[in-house]
Amino acid sequence: MAQDQARGGHVALPAVLRRLPVASVSTRRPPLPLLAAVATIGVLAILPLAYLVIRALGADERALELIARPRTLELLTSSVALAAGVGLGATVLGVPLAWLTTRTDLPGRRAWTVLTVAPLAVPSYVLAFALIAGLGPRGVLSGTLQSLGVEGLPSIYGLPGALLVLTLATYPYVLLTTRATLMRADPALEEAARSLGDGFGTAFRRVTLPLLAPAIGTGALLAALYAISDFGAVSILRFDSFARAIHVQYRSSFDRSGAAALALLLVAAAFALVWAEARVRRRAALRVPHGARRAARVVPLGRWRWAALAFCGTVTGLSLVLPAGTIAYWLVRGLAQGEPLRLVADPIGDSLVAAGAAALVAGILALPVAFLVVRYPGRLASMAERLLYGAYAVPGIALALALVFFSLNVVPFLYQTLTLLVLAYAVRFLPQAAGTTRSALMLIGPHVPEAARSLGRSPWEVLRTITLPLLRPGLLAGAALVFLSTIKELPLTLLVAPTGFGTLATQVWGAANGGFFARAAAPAAVLMLISLASVALLLRDGEHSP
Amino acid sequence: MERAVFATRWRSHAARVASGMVAAAVLAACNAGAPPVLAPGTGASPTASSGAVTSPDVSSTTLTVYSGREEELVAPLIERFEAESGIDIEARYGDTAELASIILEEGEAGDVRADVFFAQDAGALGAVAAAGLLAPLDATVLDRVDARFRDDEGRWVGVSGRARVLAYSTERLSEDDLPASITELTDPTWAGRSGWAPTNASLQAFVTAFRQLEGEDAARAWLEGIVANDPVVYPNNTGAVEGVAAGEVDVALVNHYYLMRLLAENGPEYPVANHFLPGGDLGSLVNVAGAGILADSERADAAARFVDYLVSEDAQTYFSEETYEFPLLDGIAADPRLPTLAEIESPEIDLNSLADLQGTVELMRETGALD
Repeated sequence: MAQDQARGGHVALPAVLRRLPVASVSTRRPPLPLLAAVATIGVLAILPLAYLVIRALGADERALELIARPRTLELLTSSVALAAGVGLGATVLGVPLAWLTTRTDLPGRRAWTVLTVAPLAVPSYVLAFALIAGLGPRGVLSGTLQSLGVEGLPSIYGLPGALLVLTLATYPYVLLTTRATLMRADPALEEAARSLGDGFGTAFRRVTLPLLAPAIGTGALLAALYAISDFGAVSILRFDSFARAIHVQYRSSFDRSGAAALALLLVAAAFALVWAEARVRRRAALRVPHGARRAARVVPLGRWRWAALAFCGTVTGLSLVLPAGTIAYWLVRGLAQGEPLRLVADPIGDSLVAAGAAALVAGILALPVAFLVVRYPGRLASMAERLLYGAYAVPGIALALALVFFSLNVVPFLYQTLTLLVLAYAVRFLPQAAGTTRSALMLIGPHVPEAARSLGRSPWEVLRTITLPLLRPGLLAGAALVFLSTIKELPLTLLVAPTGFGTLATQVWGAANGGFFARAAAPAAVLMLISLASVALLLRDGEHSP
Repeated sequence: MERAVFATRWRSHAARVASGMVAAAVLAACNAGAPPVLAPGTGASPTASSGAVTSPDVSSTTLTVYSGREEELVAPLIERFEAESGIDIEARYGDTAELASIILEEGEAGDVRADVFFAQDAGALGAVAAAGLLAPLDATVLDRVDARFRDDEGRWVGVSGRARVLAYSTERLSEDDLPASITELTDPTWAGRSGWAPTNASLQAFVTAFRQLEGEDAARAWLEGIVANDPVVYPNNTGAVEGVAAGEVDVALVNHYYLMRLLAENGPEYPVANHFLPGGDLGSLVNVAGAGILADSERADAAARFVDYLVSEDAQTYFSEETYEFPLLDGIAADPRLPTLAEIESPEIDLNSLADLQGTVELMRETGALD
């Protein structure tokens, strides 16, 4: 109480914020084409869940006993804990990195932007191998420490390793979503807060953070849902997660019913996370000022520059340099032993085609979803959105078998076609594109398009000439996320792709899984180079947009 | 040249995606009013069966092979076969059990797309055979392989042999320190010193064999003893052997060829060796990778040519030299660093009995070996 009074006039700002017009409210009913588009997408997203229900209904007594074990609850709890930890960790890394690379005079800002987003391209299982090589019991770090007389490095295996690897693999989600908002948000509010006497920290906490909350929530949710369904990294790091138990069930018993029932439980846990995030987001309801946006003032870091550089360097070192170094080591070690360097063009083409098409389709599908959620909020919109996120957490193998089942039984001419594969990628990764698009759309007040309409433009013209150009950074960030997720995707590619279709990721997996690390190295290196290049291109484009 | 091929391929991809998207959009529009009724197993087969049309000249056929064996291992062999026979092969690579699951889904829908299933282990072949999806093979193919290594009813044939071994550290153990039987690993002296990959299909096949040969109680006691000794759990066999080399464990329960691959990458100084447990011990069980032809295949002749090739001298030599497995054809020698199949006193077991994985997974769960 006394403290509030001491801060006097600053209390006024949130009240101002509250009185600003809200961007998203509309009491009109959504137009029919929009509803039809979202309904179609919803049907696609619900198919895997329907398959799981169909299969789970066929579960016999043994499968039910399996589910009723106390161990099931234990595993589910540890998976939810892992997911929450990863969401939090990704926020702690992603938000400062987004701010440093958009709003400050960080030396080498452009390069850091690319380098800190690039780990999205490192498959999490490669990152897990790399961290064991670097930080494991016989790793580089413990060797160095031992020579300095330090013993007993904490074990990388189990929860600490899984948290570290998945956080490093997913913080770019938070970074990208936050960055898209930071670049579009009008800095006037923060400047007003500063001019009214708020310190930098207070202004950031009370003005900037609430503005960023939806974007951070979206990114953290993507990170958490990635963690809850990840299989590769957790099994390499020996963490007993629920997704791992599901894979064991699928792989070792040809029992699709018991596994489906377990997968449904995991999806339920994912829905709980989605619900929790939505509650947090509602409390941070966004108010957007209108008026012309100006470029944000660059914050001089001063002597904090060194701390900032050390932070960026550490994150990049662990998430990018270490895996790149590991791949280089595999390559050199293999070549030294006379392994041939085999690199074929086909998987490169297949990877680019699949990831490019998926990014494009997901970008298009994201538009109706984002419009419904932002412009016509309500029960229907939030249901559609949550459904997409829930489907995002279906373990890859269950999703793949669902698509096999439905395509064979309903659309056999699409089974094992590139079309089905691209659609599958697009729907699976749609939350990534829809999330960033939604955050960007929330920053465009409805007044601008409404003004254009009142001046005689048709709705399509308004979309094409006003809304889409304003949405561009959000759309591009979303497409980039989908591209990078697709290019390293495994279960769908392995089980749903046309026979004979192989990506760089399936090559890396096939070779590393069989113990041929040297042969995994070349495709892994190309995978990372393509991703780096695409990150650089997309980010450059985003920065120059109006 | 290369670029032109690449560009053409890209364009054809783009065209396929585009045309498919249109088809999907039209379809979605048609279905919007009446969602399809979803009932498992009732999907009508869309193919007009044309089994009788198969021509004896198979040279221009395209054969679809689902391979649970790694592309790294199988692709060069497939290329040789294509060059020799004129038959094109489209291969789908993946995890053996996952491919078996797909084949089971295809079978239920009455729309099997695979012609040949080339599996990493006998258990998956057994599961597909039990669903009635495999056709009997020709006796001329079956007879080339010892009866131990093929299906009694002739629905699949073993292609290459893999022996269970104890991979051990040559830095920390001498041959005298090694156990004479796999059961010795439950002794407290081995506490914290062994590594295994309990999710690995080969290990589970070994436990299944344990149950078949020694009985459920003995298998349970062994698993409990191993778990009590706190083994290090690896995601796969390669990881376990690398764990031995890295000093995380002294021994690992694995298949014999993982070490050979790591030797090829790391050089002969790699500090790990294989111990083949003597005297017909369960610990030296020999399992097979094998192949079967799908009963619904419309290219049965070409499929038979391929399976025949897998047990030919050419392919068997390849398996011996390139994948370090045991050739199953008489007269083809295994890698000189390995004992012969006859020298490994593998326990007598019907590999078909390894199909009962469900019981094994349950037992492993109950004993805490699996989650």
